Amino acid sequence: MDLYEYQARDVFEAHGVPVLRGLVATTPDEARAAAEELGGGTVVVKAQVKTGGRGKAGGVKLAHNPDETAEKAEEILGMDIKGHTVHRVMIAEGAKIADEYYFSLLLDRANRSYLAMCSVEGGVDIETLAEERPEALAKVEVDPAVGIDAAKADEIVTAAGFSDELKGKVADVLQKLWVVYRDEDATLVEVNPLVRTEDGAIVALDGKVSLDANADFRQPGHAALEDKEAADPLEAAAAAKGLNYVKLDGSVGIIGNGAGLVMSTLDVVAYAGEEFGGQKPANFLDIGGGASAQVMADGLHVILGDEQVKSVFVNVFGGITSCDDVATGIVQALQLLGDEATKPIVVRLDGNNVEEGRRILAEADHPLVTIAETMDGAARKAAELAAAS
Amino acid sequence: MAIFLTKDSKVIVQGMTGSEGMKHSQRMLASGTNVVGGVNPRKAGETVTFDGDVSVPVFGTVAEAMEETGADVSVIFVPAAFTKAAAVEAIDAGISLAVVITEGVAVKDSAELWAHAKASGTTRVIGPNCPGLISPGQSNAGIIPATISGPGKVGLVSKSGTLTYQMMYELRDFGFSTAVGIGGDPIIGTTHIDCLEAFENDPETAAIVMIGEIGGDAEERAAAYIKDHVTKPVVGYVAGFTAPEGKTMGHAGAIVSGSSGTAQAKKDALEAAGVKVGKTPSETADLMREIMQSL
Repeated sequence: MDLYEYQARDVFEAHGVPVLRGLVATTPDEARAAAEELGGGTVVVKAQVKTGGRGKAGGVKLAHNPDETAEKAEEILGMDIKGHTVHRVMIAEGAKIADEYYFSLLLDRANRSYLAMCSVEGGVDIETLAEERPEALAKVEVDPAVGIDAAKADEIVTAAGFSDELKGKVADVLQKLWVVYRDEDATLVEVNPLVRTEDGAIVALDGKVSLDANADFRQPGHAALEDKEAADPLEAAAAAKGLNYVKLDGSVGIIGNGAGLVMSTLDVVAYAGEEFGGQKPANFLDIGGGASAQVMADGLHVILGDEQVKSVFVNVFGGITSCDDVATGIVQALQLLGDEATKPIVVRLDGNNVEEGRRILAEADHPLVTIAETMDGAARKAAELAAAS
Repeated sequence: MAIFLTKDSKVIVQGMTGSEGMKHSQRMLASGTNVVGGVNPRKAGETVTFDGDVSVPVFGTVAEAMEETGADVSVIFVPAAFTKAAAVEAIDAGISLAVVITEGVAVKDSAELWAHAKASGTTRVIGPNCPGLISPGQSNAGIIPATISGPGKVGLVSKSGTLTYQMMYELRDFGFSTAVGIGGDPIIGTTHIDCLEAFENDPETAAIVMIGEIGGDAEERAAAYIKDHVTKPVVGYVAGFTAPEGKTMGHAGAIVSGSSGTAQAKKDALEAAGVKVGKTPSETADLMREIMQSL
């Protein structure tokens, strides 16, 4: 889960990282009140969207008093930035910036470790900097078992080229950012820019934090950071049922077992769909190993609730689960759904006890169900049915 | 021969007495695996009786189980919150192979347990969030159904469990030396490259199927490795061409970030290394079938 800037600011503050005061607002009136609470002077009104480039898009504006803050908030709220609608702004204290730096700490998959990146040239697009002037971006491995201690912090700021009088101050902030990373189970903590103010303070001016959903069991506070309104309604409905569902924009609904097989199913449907006017998969839905009648019914319910879906492809490989159980699950799911099931359903079963599974489906002889022998053939059939309706 | 797991492997199960542990210990035993013990500190000294009147003792610690039984492989089924501690215990006991089946392990825990495994240098870790590995006819450490395919000369390494099963099923007429499900998490213990290296050195493996998916750059690095080090024929498959950017597709590591981690980039890298890449699992199996028939 990626956090909004205002949430990252709050998390930073909670762990002692120096930040400026900032308050979130969803209306111009709230923005005005926030500006007043911050003392009524100059503030920055910043669009809260989970994408970069908001400054260029006009999503960051300076305001000199509370009324102007409300005006700027009105301009920014509702704005579309790269497909993200702005529902909130952060009203942040202004600062006199002397210098801008960059810091990030992230999961390094290739090295199965953590990587700190740091530069004395901050405030710019870091990918551009990494490409054009890689020597300006220090990259230092951080041992997950040790983290950023005083020695590692010193190594990072030295590699980044901070002056001797700044090193200690910046290193101190980096150690605090490590605590954020460790204690919040983050996979990314990025500060861009990290600034030096004219009075010499080091401050995290804008932050990006990604949190690991697998750590939710020990991070009870993280549930409150989730942006439930922003979720697609079908994705929200699926999540409420505990289903692993991602909404896409095609016409063939997909249910399968196992993440890899489902991803593969989407691809196979897209290939097959090329022959039928470009039919595409409507979703990713992994019902996991069990594939009980209830889970199958829940899955079909979500998929049939998607108006774009014209046909459904159920692709199950019976590995641990046996195909007769899956077939029984499908038959029972269709009974549970009753009149709600209106779209043609192509079923491909393979693996453990497949003959019995196919026999159960053939015997039930549900008018909506077509049995296919192979994954590729099933994908063709599902795409054809989607194109025909 | 096979890789990592043979008929001589002595397997213990951490979390054997839990529901998943019981179910899969039973299956491992049924497929001929030499399961010599379970580990659960609260049930130390007990024995568990499985179908066929097989009694397996439960030990309090991995170290004790190893000392009593000579176990060299541990399969870990404990809940995600305790997985790191269980794996660290197995590593500290010096087990040769720790297979972590548990899904939903926090990535920080995986990073720390990998750092620990690397520092100690005694233990190969497979997983987490993986189906384990099987050397058909010899031993089965994990949850891969032993009934799909028998022994043969194809080696398989895959990030995905069900695609492992699917590919084993499609190529069951040839059979497998070893099939390894390495898992789709962002940090895993054994990589495609580790398996490619082992298959290259395994005289019983004639050809290799490598299954990847979106996210990270493990497939690209594997492609570079194949180009320089692998002489046996390799066939590849990559899942996730239609995955949208920024969405996690089931596996925690299966995510396209910006322009990196795409299926197309992985396919291109593999093809540039001389690997034939199938468009679908069936086409991939057909490519391997051609190779096996020509050998």
